[in-house]
Amino acid sequence: MGDLSLDQMSQEYFDILKELGNIGAGNATTALAQMLQCKVDMSVPQVNLLEFKELGAVMGGEEQIMAGIYLGVEGDITGSIMFLLEKNSAKHLVGKLMGMTSEGEEFSEMEFSALKEVGNIITGAYLNSLSTLTNLVIYPSIPDLTVDMAGAILSVPAIEFGALGDRILLIQTQFFDEVAIDGYFILIPDLDSYGRILSALGMAG
Amino acid sequence: MGEIIKVGMADLNVCVSPDGITTLGLGSCVGIALRDPVTKIGGLAHVMLPDSTAIRNNSNIPKFADTGIEELVRKVVAKGASRTRLVAKIAGGAQMFAFQSKSDMVRVGERNVEACKKKLAELRIPILAEDTGDSYGRTVIFYPETGDFIIRAVGKPEKVI
Repeated sequence: MGDLSLDQMSQEYFDILKELGNIGAGNATTALAQMLQCKVDMSVPQVNLLEFKELGAVMGGEEQIMAGIYLGVEGDITGSIMFLLEKNSAKHLVGKLMGMTSEGEEFSEMEFSALKEVGNIITGAYLNSLSTLTNLVIYPSIPDLTVDMAGAILSVPAIEFGALGDRILLIQTQFFDEVAIDGYFILIPDLDSYGRILSALGMAG
Repeated sequence: MGEIIKVGMADLNVCVSPDGITTLGLGSCVGIALRDPVTKIGGLAHVMLPDSTAIRNNSNIPKFADTGIEELVRKVVAKGASRTRLVAKIAGGAQMFAFQSKSDMVRVGERNVEACKKKLAELRIPILAEDTGDSYGRTVIFYPETGDFIIRAVGKPEKVI
């Protein structure tokens, strides 16, 4: 699988990733509902293979302030996963979790760690479903959180994808409780791990 | 006032005074601005990775520091800038997360900055100013008229280098 590049990805593989995204986001929604103790709905995730140049525009521009949670993945597959939330959505989620409305533009230290926990639970649920589907052992690392411009946060996964090709795979999910919360998953398996995911799903030829 | 030309990720373009040129939300990527102070012709590249020779899939020239800078030089000279008068300013190369995956992507921001400096030294293009490293994103705007390189970051005052 050494020559595999996302640019030449087959439709079949794309569909599988889409399905993984769907199931993963579904699990993440359930986890979110349990955490917030309210009903949370989810729209059908959109899976897009985007050029780097198009990336910022999808999230409302490169300068849109986002919260990005980034963690490493180890075990049978290696790589990293990122979950992005638009800043107001992040504020809303954290406010709900802590049972108060968040004031001001900045995140307090407490909000920051609550947000990290949100990211932890959401990405954990996501990875869990991937692990169940593939029967692969996947351990997440401790997450790191940053709040900054979308372009700057996305440069991190873009650079990792950049070593493979010229596009990036983005799974966009919208959650609804009282307000719509836009979330984005970016799963970045290392090159060798693509092959392992494919064979685990009975697809490697 | 001229127009502002936008450069995306893994992208580059030239710019002639009075126009300005910008790239938004630089993270670990590096923005390299070139300028000929006499003709006031300049350009900006937004590179993502340090070394095109380290990667097999390397046809995207503006993606890499080495090939991107070479291409930017070629383009500004083609536009009428003097090769020997070119000067540079660079920004970006932040480490956005404390965690980075264990692969060679560790310290990619820092390595991007190093690669840009190395390439510019090799081409004998002096670096007049830089705003690199740290852990925050930057939007940059370059004006070939004055050589001003404006740097914006979230929650920080605007900076001109």
